[in-house]
Amino acid sequence: MSVTVKFFASLKEQLGCDGATVEIGEVATAADIWLQATGGKPMPPNILVSINLEYCDRNCPVKPGDEVGFFPPVTGG
Amino acid sequence: MRIELRDTPFDPWGELAAHEQAQVGLTGQFGACATFVGSLRDLNLGDEVHGMTLEHYPGMTERELGRICTEAAGRWELLDQLVIHRVGAIEPGEPIVLVAAWSRHRREAFEACRALMEALKSRAPFWKKEHLADGERWVDGNTAGY
Repeated sequence: MSVTVKFFASLKEQLGCDGATVEIGEVATAADIWLQATGGKPMPPNILVSINLEYCDRNCPVKPGDEVGFFPPVTGG
Repeated sequence: MRIELRDTPFDPWGELAAHEQAQVGLTGQFGACATFVGSLRDLNLGDEVHGMTLEHYPGMTERELGRICTEAAGRWELLDQLVIHRVGAIEPGEPIVLVAAWSRHRREAFEACRALMEALKSRAPFWKKEHLADGERWVDGNTAGY
């Protein structure tokens, strides 16, 4: 029952890693996954969240096998 | 509709011409093609920019760009759309992004091209890191588009 976590850009540098694999219980949100993956660090308010390559709210539920992305505001173009 | 990420420099005008030529159905059909080309400047916030690295979220970036184009196709009567975006190491003066929209008349092409670009800037997961004379810094936001 694991979830793949990915960090990008400045967040990846601040955390010192590009991701993690975390074990979850039956009920977990993206915010719960963040806490597990970062060892309990508070999530910065501007961080964006995705589940399986789709934007989502940090309180969205996460299922086993999901990929959860955390990243700062986007700056392409 | 074509969406591409490139990790090497590209010529936006050559890409436009080649795309139009390859899309046989376009010839004689479109009365308007609106384009936007964004390039890397050598100055930002008063500092000389020596280069840039563009990071993206493989899979999600393409997916979000696809969604943006699909939304535009639902909102305007478009004949075609083309989006090419650089990733990786970029030098000042190099194009970063090309957005083009084809339609029968100018209103749809103009409006769609603008909307595509603004949606790309605010939604597509890309992140710019500038290389300066004395170090690096992440670009932390976009300038206003409207």
